[in-house]
Amino acid sequence: MTAVFEGGFAEPVFGAQSAFRLLMDAMANPGRVVDLGAGVRGPAPLDNAAATVLAALADYDTPVWFEDEAAGDAAAWLGFHTGATRVFDPSACVFAVLSAGSNVQGWAVLPTGTSSYPDRSATLILPVGGFEGGMALALHGPGIESEVVLAPVGLPAGFFAAMDANRAAFPLGFDLLLVCGGHLAALPRTTRIAEV
Amino acid sequence: MSTGISEASRRKATLDALSGADGASLSARYGELADSLPAAAPLRGPEIGMVMLRGRAGGGGALFNLGEATVTRATVRLESGEVGHAVVLGRDPAKARIVAHLDALSQRPDWSDRIEAEFIRPAIAEAAARRRRHVEETQATRVDFFTLARGED
Amino acid sequence: MYVAVKGGEAAITNAHRLMADRRRGDRDVPALTVEQIIGQLSLSVDRVMAEGSLYDPGLAAMAVRQARGDLIEAIFLLRAYRTTLPRFGNALPLDTAAMRIERRVSATYKDIPGGQLLGPTFDYTHRLIDPAMASDEPVAEPERRPDAADEACPRVSDILDGEGLIEPDMPDDAEPADLTREATSYPVGRDLRLQALARGDEGFLLALGYSTQRGYGRTHPFVGEIRIGMVDVEVEVPELGFAIRIGEVRVTECQMVSQFKGGAGVPPRFTRGYGLVFGQSERKAMAVSLVDRALRADEFDEQRTAPAQDEEFVLEHCDNVQATGFVEHLKLPHYVDFQAELDLLRTLRREAAEGRAFNEAAE
Repeated sequence: MTAVFEGGFAEPVFGAQSAFRLLMDAMANPGRVVDLGAGVRGPAPLDNAAATVLAALADYDTPVWFEDEAAGDAAAWLGFHTGATRVFDPSACVFAVLSAGSNVQGWAVLPTGTSSYPDRSATLILPVGGFEGGMALALHGPGIESEVVLAPVGLPAGFFAAMDANRAAFPLGFDLLLVCGGHLAALPRTTRIAEV
Repeated sequence: MSTGISEASRRKATLDALSGADGASLSARYGELADSLPAAAPLRGPEIGMVMLRGRAGGGGALFNLGEATVTRATVRLESGEVGHAVVLGRDPAKARIVAHLDALSQRPDWSDRIEAEFIRPAIAEAAARRRRHVEETQATRVDFFTLARGED
Repeated sequence: MYVAVKGGEAAITNAHRLMADRRRGDRDVPALTVEQIIGQLSLSVDRVMAEGSLYDPGLAAMAVRQARGDLIEAIFLLRAYRTTLPRFGNALPLDTAAMRIERRVSATYKDIPGGQLLGPTFDYTHRLIDPAMASDEPVAEPERRPDAADEACPRVSDILDGEGLIEPDMPDDAEPADLTREATSYPVGRDLRLQALARGDEGFLLALGYSTQRGYGRTHPFVGEIRIGMVDVEVEVPELGFAIRIGEVRVTECQMVSQFKGGAGVPPRFTRGYGLVFGQSERKAMAVSLVDRALRADEFDEQRTAPAQDEEFVLEHCDNVQATGFVEHLKLPHYVDFQAELDLLRTLRREAAEGRAFNEAAE
């Protein structure tokens, strides 16, 4: 039970600032893998990188949805360290912690913003088995000089179709973070993804 | 202390009393004992934030947001494993740390009586004395209406 | 269109230094302390907390000092500071019926359970400036009434409600709107109005309340009760699983009893206005309760003819930080706009002169 109380930023202000800087770099350079370290640790199913992102960004105003229903400990940890509430309705979340092998059909109800407020959309956090050796993705778009290739391991079925549909809805849409251990890569809604 | 009181009510009574205690006297009493107390390690905070205060329309009706108040909270853990929490009104990291420490100690059988005697009971007594004085000062301004007999008698 | 204007850095640095000097004043005069401001200018502190919408006497006092006594500037400072703090959650609703009363009066009933308690009020002073204010004369301890019973003070509105003569409170725990989180779009509910009014400018609301008494809207009000005192703040702590009392705050509550209304199937009853404000803020709470009642026009099938009944007018203009933001922005360089206006004016003048010359030539 006391695991809930542990694992937060040792230095909340500086820790959150560093994490934010790394995440911003990842978003600004889609496909770049950044290392958020092992400073923040949460209960399963949170990878260190997922826990770090949430510790830095989640708060009282950002409801979080867990695709994994048995995420009680993670939700308690999140509530204690950030004040974020867990919601069971995915259409009401600001952060979506997806499961490995996520049900991509379920992504359709996640918030994608409105024309007046495209930023009122969800940020998805998807665990992968690694960033090399899996299905090769060719990435193009803002933040990428010509092309970046990323090969995440264990992407769920239907991933391309979902990301294609998301891109078509621009400026509405969600933004995706891939996490593995302490490492993270970002696929914001502006990035075009093609199979190599 | 009655053994019929549940652990939750005992803890609530402890935290209610300590949060309402005057910061200076709490700090002074704590300072005298600090070296002899089992140490507490911080788990969260002390951190300053806000809570939204609410009223009810008409006094008893629908909720509305009145405005926020600063609060300070802290969570600590003793080596023996007890976890203490504190939330106090205002910006007072030292007080939050002290209250969380005392909350953790009050959960240990070898310390609970001492915490009760040296911190909780004095805090309750001081609060009661402040309240008593306040009631007496306010009641001195109570209007004792009297009616004048009119001429018809 | 705003013009980016450069070259003011040195002037601004020196202006700040000059202001700090003027703020401090004569170095031989002792500096103000936060304790002095909290203790001896507490009603200024209360106003800044109420309109700053943040209960923290220490911060409000610092803001008053930093603003050199300009309370709207101080309110601005407190509002800005508020944006740096995380919100941990909500407290349980304040229970004003359980208030530790410091002042409690009613204009509707003379003898009320708990009595009329005047408290520390200006009401009966003669408004003569006291020469003692120019020196530091000792002040006596207040009179005490020993053995006074701590009698319960039920709300006057509950007394009337017992007879069914006043519209009752309708308890409702639905999550209230929060104007600090969502942009306002009209019409709004009473919850949002009471939040906006509580942090609204005292002068503006006082004038609107006054207007309702002078015939701009008809409320025929009576003060059912004003109470000022301390209420406990309780917060649910998820890690504990129960709520704890974390301290107490001072609030002022005003119940304004207004003309009776009946409706379909409902016998005529007194209607009410309500005001709840941080601190000892009697005038403000009274003004809020008058404006609250006026804005409830639809509930009582009243025509909205008066400014105090115009929801958008009242709520859009009662926030003095927003108001001063727009008014004071006029100081920003508008050089290019103004040039355009000047050119237009000269052109019009020239055309008018040419037109006159043409007409004269034609005659």
